[in-house]
Amino acid sequence: MRNSPNEILHVEDLTVEFPTDDGVVHAVRGVSYTLHEGEVLGIVGESGSGKSVTSLAVMGLLPRGARVRGKIVYRGEDVLKLSARRRRALRGGKIGMIFQDPMTALNPVHTIGDQLAEAVLAHGLVPYKQALARAKEMLDLVGIPQAEARLRSYPHEFSGGMRQRAMIAMAVINSPDVIIADEPTTALDVTVQAQILEKLLEVKDAVNAAIVLITHDLGVVAGTAHRVLVMYAGKPVEIGDTDTVFYRPRMPYTAGLLGSMPSLETSGGRLRPIGGAPPSLINLPSGCPFSPRCPLADDTCTAEEPGLAEAGEGGHLAACHHWREVAAAPDPTALFRTESEAV
Amino acid sequence: MTISAPASGAAQGMTVVARTQGQMVRRRFFRHRAALVGMLAFGGVVLLAFTSIGIGPIPGWWDKSYLTTGSLVNQGRPTLSVVPQFLGGEGIRFGEHPFGQDNIGIDYFALTMRGAQQSITVAFIVAIVATTVGTLAGAFAGYFRKLTESVIMRLTDVMITIPILIIAAIVGRTFGDSGIVILAVCIGLVTWPTLGRLVRGEFLSLREKEFVEAARAVGSSAGRIIFRHVLPNTIGVIIVSATLAVANAVLLESALSFLGVGVQPPDVSLGQLIDTYRSAMTTRPWLFWWPGVFIIAIALSINFIGDGLRDAFDPRQTRVRA
Ligand SMILES: Nc1ncnc2c1ncn2[C@@H]1O[C@H](COP(=O)(O)OP(=O)(O)O)[C@@H](O)[C@H]1O
Ligand code: SF4
Ligand SMILES: [Mg+2]
Repeated sequence: MRNSPNEILHVEDLTVEFPTDDGVVHAVRGVSYTLHEGEVLGIVGESGSGKSVTSLAVMGLLPRGARVRGKIVYRGEDVLKLSARRRRALRGGKIGMIFQDPMTALNPVHTIGDQLAEAVLAHGLVPYKQALARAKEMLDLVGIPQAEARLRSYPHEFSGGMRQRAMIAMAVINSPDVIIADEPTTALDVTVQAQILEKLLEVKDAVNAAIVLITHDLGVVAGTAHRVLVMYAGKPVEIGDTDTVFYRPRMPYTAGLLGSMPSLETSGGRLRPIGGAPPSLINLPSGCPFSPRCPLADDTCTAEEPGLAEAGEGGHLAACHHWREVAAAPDPTALFRTESEAV
Repeated sequence: MTISAPASGAAQGMTVVARTQGQMVRRRFFRHRAALVGMLAFGGVVLLAFTSIGIGPIPGWWDKSYLTTGSLVNQGRPTLSVVPQFLGGEGIRFGEHPFGQDNIGIDYFALTMRGAQQSITVAFIVAIVATTVGTLAGAFAGYFRKLTESVIMRLTDVMITIPILIIAAIVGRTFGDSGIVILAVCIGLVTWPTLGRLVRGEFLSLREKEFVEAARAVGSSAGRIIFRHVLPNTIGVIIVSATLAVANAVLLESALSFLGVGVQPPDVSLGQLIDTYRSAMTTRPWLFWWPGVFIIAIALSINFIGDGLRDAFDPRQTRVRA
């Protein structure tokens, strides 16, 4: 399964550390995933769980000083071993990235057309006119009306939704195989989030790419991702098909996230947020990093950190000593009963 | 909806700035009264200096040359009069030698105009060279950090600690005879560090912006990021500094010439005229004052323009002041 022919991107045991004045930040601690052609892989987790750092590592955009280990294999080549020039050709060429906040990710002093054309020009000697024509095509593709005129607009003349459409256009303008979308709807108005997500999926199909969809909101991956990777404190803690993870979570943290989702029926209509906060990535607790917040935590948990292990069919993996107990619970989200309920 | 004209956007505050940056800058600049006066005054001086005695072989409207002597009229006193007769003056007239004549009978208006031409030319060359070098050095230091930054910044440290006048004087002494262009280029090459540091500061903060990361994410090379993505965002700082660099260069050139290491005779510059005639202060004061007035007019008006540009480019100023 590892080397299936339609595998595009394979990340193996990726670790990222940032040496800082306060100590080493262990931002990513052994993330592995495989992305297949046309697939949508969701990466979910609370803020600070290492989702962005993981994708910046794949893009080669980490700040200097970051220590990266592991393997990032794009179509059989370990990109960490590529020359700077080859690496740059991948960025924006074969792997496109969509940022969270299109307002800050677009350059305020250039027109949308110029910025899109720039993405084309960065990858080869093309006449500017041709690059601009390509930019117009892309604006059409992402559903921006009057694309021709809009090429001459500045980012601030666009609404939030239009800006994110332009960002999507920029990410796919060179027809990449992989799109990394880091919280593509988080900064947007709720009313346009669904539209943008839909457009993203449509565009992905149009250019024939796979997506790594990063979000802290399970609702975003629910209807879109084929598979989901749940991250906690820099580690993958559960991975599996979206439906499996949603309906048969095997890791208390996943169950907790599901319970804090407003719309899911399994939560019995009740919101049960996970109490406490994620651990410091400089001084991680011993054993399972989730243990301070986990209702099932016991001595085994604080003694030893659980590794990802098979917890169901179809490559469903979970990192929990007590995943069987989670599996046995009729409603795993109820593990996180609020105090009033518990009485 | 989103199709907002600049006018309707003005009500939304902050977004306006980034908006049509060029338009906003222009509007703010033209409402800056001192800057407008400065621009008119400077434009007037440039026009006067270059049209009156002409440039090189192209003749101007003033019939006397700064190189030919003539017989002394009225002991070389200025014939310019600006007080109308009904106020008890001699009426408004230019006369034969409006600014008077020097001791060998050269028309002093022509001399002053030549001096102004040379001072302005030197100032612009200095500013262009200093701005170009400073911008490049600041951009590379700010973007690449590490070794590039250390080398460039140590260099500016050294150059900034040595008084500019001393460096410039050495340059002037060495290159003063080789003509004003070489002199000006050399002065430019030693005066860039101030601007270089400013530009570096801008780059340091801009390089952390997400749009720079986004530019890297689309595969732009370092060169494209520096020149196409970051530099245009620093254009305000650069234009303002370049303007003030012109004003400083006018004064620096005057100081150098005053010290006798700037523009060499038979050519003249404003500073050199002052230097030559400072001893005539008591007997024929106009020989000292005319070039002085022009230096002050040029330096002040450019400073006003610079002030206006600084206000116009100030991102905190979202509204046009009335
Ligand atoms: N350049 C950096 N230096 C130090 N720590 C960093 C740096 N970038 C990110 N981190 C830390 O790494 C952790 C993971 O961050 P991130 O991947 O952005 O989380 P998220 O899952 O919200 O995207 C956070 O604790 C963050 O503070
Ligand atoms: S290993 Fe223990 S502490 Fe960690 S999630 Fe499982 S039950 Fe909770
Ligand atoms: Mg993030």
